[in-house]
Amino acid sequence: MFPQQLVNGLTVGGIYAIVALGYSMVYGVLQIVNWAHADVLMVGTFIGLILVTQLHMPVLAMVILAAAATALIGITVERAAYRPIKSDNRRMAVLVSALGMSVFLQNLAQLVFGSSTKPLPTIKKIPYTIGSVSFTNIQIIIGVTTILMLIILYIVVYKTKMGIAMRACSVSIPNAKLMGINTNSIISMTFGIGAFMAGIAGICIGTYYNAVYPTMGYMLGMKAFSAAILGGIGSIPGAVVGGFLIGIIESLGAGYISSGYRDAYAFIIMIIILIIRPSGILGAKHIDKV
Amino acid sequence: MVGDREAKMKSIKLTTGTKTILLGIFTAALFIVPFIIKDTYILHVIISCFIYSCLALSLNLIIGLTGQFSLGHVTFYGMGAYITALLMMKASMSFWLTILISAAGVGIFGYLLALPALNLRGDYLAVVTLGFGEVFRLFLVNAIDITRGPMGIPGIPSPKIGSFVINTKQEYYFLALIILIAVVIFVRRLIISGFGLSMLCVKEDDVAASAIGIYPRKYKLWAFVIGAVIAGIMGSFYAVYMSFISPSSFQYGESITMVSMVILGGMGSIAGPILGACILTVLPEALRSFSEYRMIIYGAALVIMMIFKPNGIWGLDKRVRNIYMLQAGRGVKNGKSASGIQCDNSLRRADSGR
Repeated sequence: MFPQQLVNGLTVGGIYAIVALGYSMVYGVLQIVNWAHADVLMVGTFIGLILVTQLHMPVLAMVILAAAATALIGITVERAAYRPIKSDNRRMAVLVSALGMSVFLQNLAQLVFGSSTKPLPTIKKIPYTIGSVSFTNIQIIIGVTTILMLIILYIVVYKTKMGIAMRACSVSIPNAKLMGINTNSIISMTFGIGAFMAGIAGICIGTYYNAVYPTMGYMLGMKAFSAAILGGIGSIPGAVVGGFLIGIIESLGAGYISSGYRDAYAFIIMIIILIIRPSGILGAKHIDKV
Repeated sequence: MVGDREAKMKSIKLTTGTKTILLGIFTAALFIVPFIIKDTYILHVIISCFIYSCLALSLNLIIGLTGQFSLGHVTFYGMGAYITALLMMKASMSFWLTILISAAGVGIFGYLLALPALNLRGDYLAVVTLGFGEVFRLFLVNAIDITRGPMGIPGIPSPKIGSFVINTKQEYYFLALIILIAVVIFVRRLIISGFGLSMLCVKEDDVAASAIGIYPRKYKLWAFVIGAVIAGIMGSFYAVYMSFISPSSFQYGESITMVSMVILGGMGSIAGPILGACILTVLPEALRSFSEYRMIIYGAALVIMMIFKPNGIWGLDKRVRNIYMLQAGRGVKNGKSASGIQCDNSLRRADSGR
């Protein structure tokens, strides 16, 4: 049973890691939590669903198109709900606005697409068994996609000019501006990349559970956020480690302790981490400046 | 300039005089309402307004006064409801006793939750309180031997005073109204006291607050505990009023609704959260055909409010201006931004209080 749970945990863990990266990158640059991230993911998954069921697109084209659309939505969310806020108490105002955006997207999707759960028919499921472990081709594809995206993200962030600008912004936005970086477009890019990956992750999880529904983002988002906190929010390797850890712990917890509390494990870990070591496993110690 | 300010002050003083009378008339009118309106549906909407007003007021202590963004208020509410329901059903206790027990129980839980959570700020606190709420809800769903899980607890008995049973809508109306008045008086006493102003000071800048001898931890803890106790009492009332509770009544969306009420109405004041609660309770009822748009509108309203009017409809800025204009000729600049002046005021109050 243990290897089986491990395989399942690694599959969802990879998806959590990719969603967590979206939270972590935005936090790294702007020090805000993008509460609407998971709902952007959900909208992206619905776009994928429409592309594949209504327009009968090939899967690969659908994934790329849906992810691009999700990226656009992510950028729009930042423009609409985060950038215009100039309050005295900006942190709280952005938090409320982000929450509002999340509620807005979730319920808009409920209105447009209906609140029922829909299947996402992308790839035909082919089961394999090696020893006592059974898995499907979908799990393999999700695993490969996850690793591929992590490599691409690594190249973008650490090897390109835009990545350097992004990291500069995460150190200090005013200073980055002084160095001639167009910070606004970098912020947009950060949201865009995060949402692009979220779009792919959404389609992956929709295919894995064969279910798409308007509130799918909530739980997935909270778990991914737990993963980002566990690894150390703002840290890219941290988000990856956290994502896989949360996925594995959740599977093992559901398998060995109680499956009814499946959704609670991520929260419990997050609460413990925030209380014991708020900076996470790989996060830098951060001192609150006055 | 000076004459202008004095004229303004006079008009404000006048209104504070008449305000008390108007408030008295309004309260008296509220007591007559159930004799005029017999329609149980309208009474139900008004009672819901009362419940949400109390909840918004208690959440306001946490969000509006000490600036801790809690997304777990529904946990306290649900806990109060379940404690009362279980004690009344399984131990056949009197409702009035269970109110006390649930207030105490929820207060202790609020304290235990706040202890570790207080080290966190902003988003982290929001996430942790949300997480606690979610774990609590999962507990309600999964602990079937105690809570009957998702089926909920039906048939919660009505409260009794002697041999008089409170079970019509009119009678519940009076009970809710009395609770609301008690909560308003309590919160008002709290907000205008040195204690409340110290809370505001902590919200504005807890480092500065601790520098002048206001211990932020203490005020944050108290805000959590008091907020939790009031929410717990409202939960008890809700349990007997609906006579049926289930985990689906205490979901995350409910916390969002309460937060929206506080934010839209205005943080830090008393009229604000009540106004927010009434608007967000009556509006969806009045626009039944639009009920599917309700949450969309909440979401959009939160974003728009934060962009254009972050202090809410009847927010702290109104209140601060009042306090500060009433303090005749203290020579403070015309305060547009709330920040510095609030702390200044609370400093002054706290100073004279000691």
